[in-house]
Amino acid sequence: MLPKLFFGYFAAVITVLSILVVTRRNPVHSVMWMLLLFFNLASMYLFLDAEFIAAIQVIVYAGAILVLFLFVVLLLNLREELKANRFIGSWPAGLIVAAAIMVSMVFAINSFVPGPMGTYSIDYIQKETYTKVLGEVLYTEYLFPFEIASLILLIAIIGAIVLAKKRMRS
Amino acid sequence: MVPLQWYLMLSAAVFTIGVFGFLTRRNIIIMFMSIELMLNAVNISLVSFSHYLQDLRGQILVFFIITVAAAEAAIGLAIIIALFRNKTTAHVDDMNEMKG
Repeated sequence: MLPKLFFGYFAAVITVLSILVVTRRNPVHSVMWMLLLFFNLASMYLFLDAEFIAAIQVIVYAGAILVLFLFVVLLLNLREELKANRFIGSWPAGLIVAAAIMVSMVFAINSFVPGPMGTYSIDYIQKETYTKVLGEVLYTEYLFPFEIASLILLIAIIGAIVLAKKRMRS
Repeated sequence: MVPLQWYLMLSAAVFTIGVFGFLTRRNIIIMFMSIELMLNAVNISLVSFSHYLQDLRGQILVFFIITVAAAEAAIGLAIIIALFRNKTTAHVDDMNEMKG
């Protein structure tokens, strides 16, 4: 009973917060609601026994990405934004597309059959400690994708500098 | 014990809200935040799969998704700044030079 109660809380809060993020007029308010959403998501990951993911959700998403969003929102002017229309003229078309995606996903989930169980049970993870098990998988089986991720971050650094730099007029 | 399907339904709902926001909002920053919302919906389903199927690979995938989301946010916001410098607007329906 208690896990279902917790899940109900998280489901309600996460759904309401994502609707708030998408519909607010002021982008700063959207960013703030998204901050709350990310903290709720992090606590739901704790509820799902994923401590490391909860930590990087708070550190990377809430700490780095959202601050970047907030900087850019504050760089652009908000005066006209508060008076202009929020949605494009043909927003019912977007609503229909989203509803169609939702319906198809609900049907897919209802006919979903889980695959075979893996070997990392809760008891095993508790015996070996979580971070050690995760690190072993990450640095042995997924070493090559890990290196590619570092390359992606390097490209992101260079690309962001090149794109946001003021163009020299010669 | 909460069934796995409930988590997948929550993930589907968040993803749908993200799709709606991406398709209908005029402000390009909020469209971008809708993309982040969709990535987070995928993360929910991956972590719940990882928990229910007792396999850590789902969480490794979440790790990589967060890496790519950080890179994407940096590049995308740089593009938004470059666009705003040239057009002085953040509304996507005002950007129609290519007549798409």
